[in-house]
Amino acid sequence: MGEALVITSGKGGVGKTTTVANLGTALAKRGNTVVLVDADIGLRNLDVVMGLENRIVYDLVDVVEGYCRLRQALIRDKRVEGLCLLPAAQTRDKNAVNPEQMVALIEELKEQFDYVLIDCPAGIEQGFRNALAGAQRAVVVTTPEVSAVRDADRIIGLVEASQLPTPTLVINRMRANMVKHGDMMSIDDILEVLAVELLGVVPEDDYIVVSTNKGEPAVLHNNSKAGLSYRDIASRIMGEDVPIPVPAESEGLIVRLRRMFGSR
Amino acid sequence: MLDFITRLFGQQKQSRETAKERLRLVLIHDRASISPSVMGELKEELIAVISRYMEIDEDAIEINLSDVEDSVALVANIPVKNLKRTAQA
Repeated sequence: MGEALVITSGKGGVGKTTTVANLGTALAKRGNTVVLVDADIGLRNLDVVMGLENRIVYDLVDVVEGYCRLRQALIRDKRVEGLCLLPAAQTRDKNAVNPEQMVALIEELKEQFDYVLIDCPAGIEQGFRNALAGAQRAVVVTTPEVSAVRDADRIIGLVEASQLPTPTLVINRMRANMVKHGDMMSIDDILEVLAVELLGVVPEDDYIVVSTNKGEPAVLHNNSKAGLSYRDIASRIMGEDVPIPVPAESEGLIVRLRRMFGSR
Repeated sequence: MLDFITRLFGQQKQSRETAKERLRLVLIHDRASISPSVMGELKEELIAVISRYMEIDEDAIEINLSDVEDSVALVANIPVKNLKRTAQA
């Protein structure tokens, strides 16, 4: 029997889908069977981020409504053994599915996979409640911005108010140089206000844009800083004790020269 | 450059600190999200306690959470109609 994790954030654009794609791929690379569930009905994106958009035949709503078998809707990722995607419907809305149906669906998936990763839509409405319904654990993604942390705080409260345990936190798009210059909140600043356990920190990485362009998760690329962080997070999800390094950005020559001459 | 100099002399608050401070205040409000019923209850109890000492205008009472410089305060405006005569020894 597998475990279902929901990746959520409240605010949009902080990297939920990227996180789901990378953690799922990393978990599968470690030998687990993994299914990624896109719960963002009406605004599906996980298929594109994974580069599997051309292989969709059926979707989550088709399964729930009984138009096809679960097996028919699952798209097998040919790059990584044991990795599947259950795409969201694009032409329906969030009310096409209810929490009871999600619980039943996730239960069925847990029988077949070691990990079920649910990509939650932004917001706190029906879609959010659906995404939470079948999960045992929640991971909240935030970025070091006032707006994102504020929404994360709200989401943590809502997750706790449901029957789930306190979520763990992933801080995404961290920029060590900006923190050093006092222009970005640090990991400790964020943890101090949110008071939750840190699951991982992902540095800002231009390669994420490239990987999304290609439809190839960054963990498949050996030189991606963000990819490396996601691999560590996957290990922690598997229960391994991997220390969280404080991201120290290696500075380019230009940056160092600029610093030397005192301009920024 | 100017930015750097002002920083060097510590005249400018770092935006990280500003972010932290704003976040702290915003979260106090968000988390408090004191429902009208809880606020009403608080008001009733305040009236009961204060009425033991002075006569107050119950209808004109205002109770709010508000920002006071760098912190959040519970501000109550309670008009007093009359002070009770206290029997002092």
